[in-house]
Amino acid sequence: MKKEQQLDLYYQMVLIRRLEERGAELYQAGKIGGFMHLYIGQEAVSTGLIAAREDRDRVITAYRDHGVALNCGISANEVMAELLGKATGMSKGKGGSMHMADTSRNMWGGHAIVGGHLPIASGFAIGDQYAGNDNITICMFGDGATNIGYFHEALNISKIWNLRVLWVCENNQYGMGTAVDRASAVTEIRQKAEGYGMKNGQVDGMDVTKVYEAAVEAMKFVRESSQPYLLEIDTYRFRGHSMGDPERYRKAEEVKKWQENDPIGIFNKQLLDKKIATKKALDEIEARVEEEVAKAVEFAEASPEPAMEELFTDIYAD
Amino acid sequence: MAKITMREAISQALMEEMDRDPKVFIMGEEVGVWGGTYAVTKGFYDKYGAARVKDTPIAENAIIGGAIGAAMVGQRPIAELMTINFGFSAMDYIVNQASKLHYMFGGQFTLPMVIRAVGGGGRQLGATHSQTPDAIFAHFPGLKVVSPGTPEDAKGLLKSAIRSNDPILFIEHATMYQVRGEVPEGEYTIPIGKSKVQRAGKDVTIVTYCKGLELSMKAAEELSKEGIEVEVVDLRTLRPLDMEPVIESFKKTNRAVVVEEGWKSYGVGSEIASRIYEEAFDYVDAPIIRVAQKEVPLPYNRTLEQAALPQVADITAAVKEVLK
Repeated sequence: MKKEQQLDLYYQMVLIRRLEERGAELYQAGKIGGFMHLYIGQEAVSTGLIAAREDRDRVITAYRDHGVALNCGISANEVMAELLGKATGMSKGKGGSMHMADTSRNMWGGHAIVGGHLPIASGFAIGDQYAGNDNITICMFGDGATNIGYFHEALNISKIWNLRVLWVCENNQYGMGTAVDRASAVTEIRQKAEGYGMKNGQVDGMDVTKVYEAAVEAMKFVRESSQPYLLEIDTYRFRGHSMGDPERYRKAEEVKKWQENDPIGIFNKQLLDKKIATKKALDEIEARVEEEVAKAVEFAEASPEPAMEELFTDIYAD
Repeated sequence: MAKITMREAISQALMEEMDRDPKVFIMGEEVGVWGGTYAVTKGFYDKYGAARVKDTPIAENAIIGGAIGAAMVGQRPIAELMTINFGFSAMDYIVNQASKLHYMFGGQFTLPMVIRAVGGGGRQLGATHSQTPDAIFAHFPGLKVVSPGTPEDAKGLLKSAIRSNDPILFIEHATMYQVRGEVPEGEYTIPIGKSKVQRAGKDVTIVTYCKGLELSMKAAEELSKEGIEVEVVDLRTLRPLDMEPVIESFKKTNRAVVVEEGWKSYGVGSEIASRIYEEAFDYVDAPIIRVAQKEVPLPYNRTLEQAALPQVADITAAVKEVLK
């Protein structure tokens, strides 16, 4: 990666972190409703992964989607506006936290049914294969999604039909509050791909450089061979599953241990150690992000509520 | 006008639309090499090839989810459910994804797709393979539900469904593929969401669709011999529901019987009766009667099965009852 790109990735990771920290405050203040699942701790995963895609490659993910949206180029303004349910959000305030998408940036959501978007991801690849292009569909999901039938139907069809899907399991060690070893027959999720004769790999999700390199290699394989690939990325969410999580299922020491491996801290140190950036340059990125997030909150709060007529629009396309 | 079977009508609609638009393809269980379980796509695989007539694994989530994805990125898939009963396996995709993705993302995604599903009882297939759960699917805004009762409507409505930009569940009846009817020569379509008076009459309004139409038309013949002229209104589309011809007919006859094959409780008949009461209460001369399936899981035994399904005699009796 060139220096500029590395600094951009650092900027994206800090942006996700700060935007979500502000989001959590706004949620507690009652300005954001419904469920909100924070990506804090997992920033290196989508940041490294999406940096490796070409613009024509499609991205689809689960409900922990704010970071993915930002990585795909959706503005902090739009993300914040959608969180506040405003008309200026990308889904006009009809989707909320779990349903962020922007087809112009090839970000296809934001899907709230666990595992539900996996067969749809296969469908994107079916459509692209039918159209005769070599676009890749990058489908992200959690470890919890690999225990539901959708996962298996989607992986199977992607293999038998030679679909260009990069299956990305973000293994953050818990499906809601249930640890992987209590929910999954194998704890190394990538092994599930073996049952479908599918090439697979595993990478440390706290190191954005490693994620990026693994993603580049996986995407090259998918594009050139027209075969699916399953990449397991090991990570950890620092916050609860959603905003209302008493966290009875894990010990404070465990969280603390992972937090010592903060993906932003790791990358910060790498950039300084390798003399890719000075402390001043990284501080400047921090300051830029603070300002961008503050403006996004301002923008979202000043944005109008959706018009009442919106209730009855978009039910049908015809 | 040519007289063809329901099977031929549906097959012609599929073929004409595949010839017209290269974005249209078919995917489902045994649609290709086998030629379709009900032989609707017989010959398609040889004509269009494996890329346009895709044999899928027995995996309804992959089929319907896959069609949703392909539609979102610009193709026009027709996904086939071998029976609508297998639709329950893909319930999430039909009612939770297809019907909501357009709205939930502020109109960003469009889903130009058709799910063809075979439903209905009467073939001794047992309780799990014989259901008429149309009302369940019609419950969900965002989905369109079409279920024709004649070859002419089947062809014209299916062609419209394939051209539509919305997800459409197209329900065919397993016992009606051999039903013959006149179909216009050449190109035609029939708009979705329009009910139709299939037989004019003045004494009682029968509101029905799909298999119920076949039974109601027979009942109408019999009643006519006794001097009772019923008007038969065919809904053709369950959502969006076109009540106009129903209300218009009811205002003339002041009496109605609603005929459906599904169970009576929470069914299509309940919806239609309520709407008539809401929209034309002042015209009601007799309580509306619902003719529907007995409230049991459908048995295998032929006699028992037929006893559970609505029959022509049930309709004629109901018509006479509302005339009392």
